[in-house]
Amino acid sequence: MALEESHVRRAAHLARLAVSDDQASGFVDDLSRILDMVDQLQSLDTEGVTPLAHPLDATQRLRADEVTETNQRDTFQRCAPAVENGLYLVPRVVE
Amino acid sequence: MYEKTLTQLAAALKSGEFSSRELTAHYLQRIEQADGKLNSFISVTAEQALKQAEVADNARAAGNAGPLAGIPLALKDIFCTQGVKTSCGSKMLDNFIAPYSATVVEKLNAAGTISLGKTNMDEFAMGSSNENSYYGPVKNPWDLTAVPGGSSGGSAAAVAAGLVPAAMGTDTGGSIRQPAAFCGITGLKPTYGRVSRFGIIAYASSLDQAGPMARSAEDCAHLLGVIAGHDGRDSTSVSRGVPDYVEGLNAPLSGLKIGLPKEYFGDGLAPDVEKAVREAVKVYESLGATVREVSLPHTHYAIPAYYVIAPAEASSNLSRYDGVRFGHRCDNPSDLIDLYTRSRAEGFGEEVKRRILIGTHTLSEGFFDAYYTKAQQVRRLIRQDFLDAFEDVDVLMGPASPTPAFDLGAKKDPVSMYLQDIYTIAVNLAGIPGISVPAGFAGGRPVGLQILGTHFAEAQLLNVAHQFQQATDWHLQRPAFAEEYA
Repeated sequence: MALEESHVRRAAHLARLAVSDDQASGFVDDLSRILDMVDQLQSLDTEGVTPLAHPLDATQRLRADEVTETNQRDTFQRCAPAVENGLYLVPRVVE
Repeated sequence: MYEKTLTQLAAALKSGEFSSRELTAHYLQRIEQADGKLNSFISVTAEQALKQAEVADNARAAGNAGPLAGIPLALKDIFCTQGVKTSCGSKMLDNFIAPYSATVVEKLNAAGTISLGKTNMDEFAMGSSNENSYYGPVKNPWDLTAVPGGSSGGSAAAVAAGLVPAAMGTDTGGSIRQPAAFCGITGLKPTYGRVSRFGIIAYASSLDQAGPMARSAEDCAHLLGVIAGHDGRDSTSVSRGVPDYVEGLNAPLSGLKIGLPKEYFGDGLAPDVEKAVREAVKVYESLGATVREVSLPHTHYAIPAYYVIAPAEASSNLSRYDGVRFGHRCDNPSDLIDLYTRSRAEGFGEEVKRRILIGTHTLSEGFFDAYYTKAQQVRRLIRQDFLDAFEDVDVLMGPASPTPAFDLGAKKDPVSMYLQDIYTIAVNLAGIPGISVPAGFAGGRPVGLQILGTHFAEAQLLNVAHQFQQATDWHLQRPAFAEEYA
């Protein structure tokens, strides 16, 4: 499956990653080589094999619906780039 | 003091030969003298370490000291450590002071061990040479022109150079075992779910696992006993009792059935690495083990499957770095999208961007089934290879890496770097445990013997590794670099 620059552009957009024109062509080269290597998978017959998401075939555990955490907003916001009155600040979204 | 293993240091602290404060000051001095050449630490927390040492000494004086109280350790900079910079080797987190500690860190603190600091690593644990760190590459103490391996390269180099008796690493595709092999130390990747991932910065969540890196299997056994166990804060940690890993170390190996996967001795394996590994297997035969060839037929699909699954999980995990809640934020964003895209472009390095893009692409509409579903099917076949092999043999043995440590700058092409992990990566896909132990040298650089067991066979792996270390002294050999410092 050949990789086009438009694929890289689309992935960069979906991943919210700024990529310049120069970088995009470099990524096309690198990612193409990686995907060529990955394409070896296509030669293997996996008809009827159930996909494995977790190495121990475990299922998600449930716990009682109880409050266990205390509010640590001030502590957690100490590492934020910009906060005010307990809110994270970002550029204006709604005019 | 630095010549001693962690086990010997624990005994010396217990007998009062020296205090934890003296021991901690000794290692801090070695770090100060030697680490300018190695670059194995990102942060050294000297003041906190000396305070912790005093607490440990007081606990010992009061008769409350546990077996590892007062032992200095280092933590890969992927473990969140409350009040300490936790960078994950990335510019993105260069300003991140963790507001809480990983479960592993809490357990080590509760055991009274001392943290000397945070070790260098490939950015977000993505790499096999430690050359992808924002803080610069780490040097291998056996040869300063060689890489230490990765991604836990700082932890491996620091232990090998005698800057710390043991360190914590993480392993997603070989990141404990390969640097342990390259630096001539012992490194254990436990079964997936054996050690809590809470507070460990996530790379690929279905593969990541933390483990000890030390001078000997016995040292690793002591440390695994501290960090293993169920944790309600990690939904994938396993509810299963933790055995006494030290107790079983001396069990005799007569009758042990060893399998040598024929795919691990094929093309691409350096002849002098193969020779060292086969010599090690002979030592096991002399200890009463029997050896037979086995097959893991899907071995060569492991790297392709990994480079779909790991980047897919990474692209999702790393979406949290948005320049809003923590981490790097670009200057003067014009709008919210500019804030996201530029903060991420400035904060992440090249390899991280590659994996985010690969993962985003393979998960996207039109490609998901061909890549992601296919890779997960192959993952099941790879795991089944191991389960089938363990029907016939107790453990598998082979090289940890096809070559000894390569030169800094030698692997410019990402794919050639990925292929280095051929013998370690399938282990993470299968979720089984593996250990690398020193087994000789190739061209003056250490060779690691990798031993694999079935799920939750850590006690057996440590026993098998320890018996080898009773019969050989590869693990006690030190690089000349370590002797240059008092």
